[in-house]
Amino acid sequence: MSQPILEIKDLHAGVQGKHILRGVNLTVNPGEVHAIMGPNGSGKSTLAAVLAGRDGYDIVSGEAHYLGQNLLELDPEERAREGLFLAFQYPVEIPGVNSTYFLKAALNELRKHRGLPELDAVEFLQFVKERIHLLELDEALLKRAVNVGFSGGEKKRNEIFQMAVLEPKLAVLDETDSGLDIDALRVVANGVNKLKRDDNAQLVITHYQRLLDYIVPDFVHVLCGGRIATSGGKELALALEAKGYDWILGCNTCAGCAAEAA
Amino acid sequence: MVTTLEPQIETQPRTAVGKDGPYHSALTSWAPAAGEPAWLQTARRIGLNRFSELGFPTPRDEDWRFTNLAPLTALPFRLAPSASDHVVNGETLASLPFAQLPGDRLVFVDGRFAPERSAIQPHTGGVVVTNLAAALETHAGALEPHLTRLASSEGQAFTALNEAFFTDGAFIHLPARRAVADPIRLVFIATGCEPGAAVFTRNLIVAGAASQATVIEQYISLGTDPHVTNAVTELATDDGAAIEHMRLQDENESAFHLAAFHGRLGRSTNLNLHSLALGARLSRYNIRACLAGEGIEAVLNGLYLADGQRLADHHMIVDHAQPNCASHEYFNGILADKSKGVFHGRILVRPGAQKTDAKQTNKNMLLSDEATADTKPQLEIYADDVKCTHGATIGQLHPEHIFYLRARGIPLETARRMLIHAFAGEIIDRVRSTPIRSELDQIVWDRLERHEPVHVGAHN
Repeated sequence: MSQPILEIKDLHAGVQGKHILRGVNLTVNPGEVHAIMGPNGSGKSTLAAVLAGRDGYDIVSGEAHYLGQNLLELDPEERAREGLFLAFQYPVEIPGVNSTYFLKAALNELRKHRGLPELDAVEFLQFVKERIHLLELDEALLKRAVNVGFSGGEKKRNEIFQMAVLEPKLAVLDETDSGLDIDALRVVANGVNKLKRDDNAQLVITHYQRLLDYIVPDFVHVLCGGRIATSGGKELALALEAKGYDWILGCNTCAGCAAEAA
Repeated sequence: MVTTLEPQIETQPRTAVGKDGPYHSALTSWAPAAGEPAWLQTARRIGLNRFSELGFPTPRDEDWRFTNLAPLTALPFRLAPSASDHVVNGETLASLPFAQLPGDRLVFVDGRFAPERSAIQPHTGGVVVTNLAAALETHAGALEPHLTRLASSEGQAFTALNEAFFTDGAFIHLPARRAVADPIRLVFIATGCEPGAAVFTRNLIVAGAASQATVIEQYISLGTDPHVTNAVTELATDDGAAIEHMRLQDENESAFHLAAFHGRLGRSTNLNLHSLALGARLSRYNIRACLAGEGIEAVLNGLYLADGQRLADHHMIVDHAQPNCASHEYFNGILADKSKGVFHGRILVRPGAQKTDAKQTNKNMLLSDEATADTKPQLEIYADDVKCTHGATIGQLHPEHIFYLRARGIPLETARRMLIHAFAGEIIDRVRSTPIRSELDQIVWDRLERHEPVHVGAHN
């Protein structure tokens, strides 16, 4: 078997003195789609933040290896250049930074890192136009500032559009489905599915099973109280949807599950 | 947000110019230039008397609370002598911003017109582009209703001084329906030949109905010695005139730059005014726009960059005297080291000025913990059917923005630069003329590149 893309071992991490992840173990191999589900407060977004290298999160103990490298030692930009991509739950608006300029800068950083020549403006536009249609986004958005004045759905589609341009090895989708109507959800999921290859992997973080009707995972993990309480195939997601999170064995005590049950 | 504030009545005492004050002998020995029209001699005397009464503003003056003039008032008062044109060579001129633009170029060296360095195209249809000293001889009748009358020196020490001492400047007259396609560029060069000396210039732009022009004023220093620039521009527009006015202040780091713009705008005027304050140890730009007719659209747009211990001050009063006008003010400041940015924006909506749409924004980005910004928005509204908003922010680079860019592979330093540049770009993007905008973009980019590393911190 080839080298795993991501290998997390007994990871403990927190933010602002709060111990949130309490021993996460997860292995993601090339060609796999993993879903991480869990109630609010279970640590889903913390896991995404720690993987992407967001400031302010403390690693208490444990390891995370990405393509054999110690992921936790890398700066966020180094992780991105190595092919890790985070689709943000709340993409920020960045006034004054033109979308095309931003994306071209990002793509060329990645290409430089991979030893590829930088794309010039014409080549770049050609390249992005193919991909923007995949997400059914208006080309005019490329002329606007990053996410500024985008609707909620456009922001989420823009994340996946960026993923299409940057072609990551590991895409972490942090609640990409939240706030999307069913049509936008279908477009986003379709985009994600088209980007799936044998040599890349996707980690889909979601609260609801709904997204997994469209992005069909190979593995579903339930994160609860900061650790993976149970794992299974795609049928686990359906069971969760039907029975709720408190059905998870041994997890009727954590705050998040108790709240879900109530 | 709509706020109504009581008008402020100034009751602060001002410092008179004492017998031992540095300006005393200059003031007492002053005599009007022979040959100037009597009305101008009168105006100059009024200016002189006003300044004698007012003296320099002090921090006790509400309008000068944040800008301490002590380093300026300590300088001995000397008028800059006539410098030789040859101090400014062709190479220097060619290296200045906007040198490659087509159109008229009027060069002023230490406040005096330098015809050999200037290039004025032939104009038809009664368009006049010339220097003020010449116009006083040839177009005195056209000047009299406007010159020194648009810019009131009442209560304004520096405008009063300028009234008394201005030596030259530009006179631009656009008759009705005349458009000057290429920008008219006014270049003001301070040679610093006499360190500490003061230069007084005055420009007058009279724009007839449906006329159109772009005017650039740029101010630079040749040396590094301190000098004083006192520059006043007056603008009068008639119905439907469209004027873009760009001011680029890029004097040396020891210079004191005191400037004023007074515009009296007629019906349906479209004014785009830009201020780029990049240089000077201390700069102050008073902007006064009187919206004296209906249907005016005025955009007042500014960017100030300061570093070291420099200070950049913008002080604006927009006077909505008539209904159905829109005024939008956008000022961004980028402040490094121990520099200071000051912004005062007052919007006055007079009784009857219904349907006024006034918006004011002042944003300050602090690149160090020691940089400061003082901002004072002020709305005075005496009409009830208006839309007036103001907002001011002072903050550092937004960590969420930085992280978003880094998470896409962009290095930290590049991310910082992109964001700072974007902040400046918000202002530069409002410049309508494409060649001017592109060049400004480059100037500001180069200037920002000098400042690293910058600080990322909490945003408010």
